[in-house]
Amino acid sequence: MLTVSHLSLSRGHRRLFSDVSFSLMPGQWLHLEGDNGVGKTSLLRLLCGLGVWEQGEVTWKNQSIVQEPENFRADLLYLGHQLALKEDLSPLENLRADALVAGRDGSVDRVMAALGQMGLRGREHLPVRVLSQGQKRRTALARLLISRAPLWILDEPFVALDAAAQNALSGVINAHLNDAGMLLVTSHQPLSLQGQALSYRLTA
Amino acid sequence: MNKIFFHYAAPQNFYALAGRLWPWVAALASALAVWGLWLGFFVAPTDFQQGQGYRIIFVHVPVSWMSMIIYLAMAFWAFLGLTFNTRLSGMMCRALAPTGAICAFLSLWTGALWGKPMWGTWWVWDARLTSELILFFLYLGYIALTNAIDDTRRADKAGGILALVGALNVPVIYFSVKWWNTLHQGASVSLTQGSKMAEIMLQAMLIMAIAFWLYAIAIALYRVRSMILMRERHAQWVADLPEIKAQFKGALP
Amino acid sequence: MSAFWAVVQRDLVLAMRRKTEVITAVFFFVVVAALFPLGIGPEINTLRLVAPGILWVGALLASMLSLGRLFAADFADGTLEQMALSPNSLSVLVAAKILAHWLLSGLPLVLLAPVLGLQFDLTEEALWTLTIGLLLGTPILSLIGAVGAALTLGVRGGDVLLSLLILPLYVPALIFGAGAVQAQMSGLGAAAHLSILAAMALVAAVFSPWVSAASLRIALES
Repeated sequence: MLTVSHLSLSRGHRRLFSDVSFSLMPGQWLHLEGDNGVGKTSLLRLLCGLGVWEQGEVTWKNQSIVQEPENFRADLLYLGHQLALKEDLSPLENLRADALVAGRDGSVDRVMAALGQMGLRGREHLPVRVLSQGQKRRTALARLLISRAPLWILDEPFVALDAAAQNALSGVINAHLNDAGMLLVTSHQPLSLQGQALSYRLTA
Repeated sequence: MNKIFFHYAAPQNFYALAGRLWPWVAALASALAVWGLWLGFFVAPTDFQQGQGYRIIFVHVPVSWMSMIIYLAMAFWAFLGLTFNTRLSGMMCRALAPTGAICAFLSLWTGALWGKPMWGTWWVWDARLTSELILFFLYLGYIALTNAIDDTRRADKAGGILALVGALNVPVIYFSVKWWNTLHQGASVSLTQGSKMAEIMLQAMLIMAIAFWLYAIAIALYRVRSMILMRERHAQWVADLPEIKAQFKGALP
Repeated sequence: MSAFWAVVQRDLVLAMRRKTEVITAVFFFVVVAALFPLGIGPEINTLRLVAPGILWVGALLASMLSLGRLFAADFADGTLEQMALSPNSLSVLVAAKILAHWLLSGLPLVLLAPVLGLQFDLTEEALWTLTIGLLLGTPILSLIGAVGAALTLGVRGGDVLLSLLILPLYVPALIFGAGAVQAQMSGLGAAAHLSILAAMALVAAVFSPWVSAASLRIALES
């Protein structure tokens, strides 16, 4: 349902990538591969609608994401390199506010359950400031459990996670894919997920 | 008409067009300026009240008009650039800004030079001069913002928004300042009332205004050519230009 | 609507946990209001005359101090990006941030101004005019300032650049706000000035969130 056709982007005079095309259907996940600096993050942000491309088209459910962007954003969950967490708020407060801003169900029970599933039981009320890097990442990833968006775009989600957390995350993603979800992901590590695996290599 | 518009929206084509146009516009501007200054300094009669010193009006008034017209032109290009996302519109907007700032600056100085013999002080906080000062700050703000942002596309767009916001605020600022104080010589040249000045003075001022306007166009075209070269310096068509080949003899920096 | 209030609440809670930032802006207003008499001289008749201008300029500068922080923290930690990706209109979320900013940086000035006005021997009616004027004017400062903050987001030397950009745009509010008090003091009545301030506040409230949101998207693009 996500279709990318002949997409190209330049930064200044430097052409980052051109003629990128692929599509993603429910139950599929696409591993976006490429060397450092080739433009993977830029492409992901472009697909979220956070930039303007030069040529090409991106459609969601057969509608351009530039028209009626609210519909696309309601179906999208994006997690980039930044955690989007406020250090002075607790994980519970952070995720509740985040859910309300994104128009999702942010009830206390739901958020607490999500945090518990990501291994943060007992730490839901501490300020994010005092959590470890891994715990902060898991807090950010708990968004995946709260959201009901069908399309997930994740930029290096497995980074800084220990083995247990990586398993937990894989479990969450597999459940999503089995539920007719879609995933677009970058990762320097090899991934083993259920669902139909696709890959696209971005070259300069 | 659309075809011509789209043809010249490409920097490469506009570069050539601007190169052909600007010398003629500059020449015309010079000719008109000479004529206007001759009329103003030698032909126009001595003013009854203000003597010879008033003659600076033939620079002050046109340059004040231009400082406002150029800002409107910038807002126009900003609007085009933001609506149609064309690169050239952003460049035209940025190319006009320094000239507009210079006009505002000259307006303030010539105003002061005119004011000293007339009112006895180098500066008065009257509506027109104060509005001109604020307009000068708006120009400086635009130039500072566009220079501070490294990404040229973002700089163009952010500058465009600032120019538009400023343009919409200029009437508000002007009327606020007018409410605040008015000392300025009541509008001697207005479109609705009959002019209070001698016919020849009006003629000289209008000629000087057109001369400055043409100068602004010529210098903006010249500046845009430099900007095009800077931004497109990695393109093949730039490397193939005769003037670039002659200057750089091979690889561009 | 709940997204709007969620943003307001988040910003207020965050500010309350780091109170120093809010208090510094308020303190700045107090200090500036005290500096001017030290520079001008203690003659009370002179001070009474210049009080409206001093207090308005002080409020303007104090309000401007905190503008740099309006979007910067959210931009740095990725919260702004998430807001831009929300199906809720970014203009609405930006309006929420501006409201929170005003509650933290503008409203305290409004409440403090009559107290400072007593130092300048303003009459009770003048103090009322000053307070109402600032109540209408400080939102204008937050609204216009938001546009400047959005345009200079992440830019080198952003804070000083921000001041240069928005101070000219503040001039109408300053003229009518201080002018209202002066008109009241000279017996002419401040109704016209305050009406114009109210009109400016309304126009700013309608346009600023939308223009700021557009500017934020431009900043997020690069």
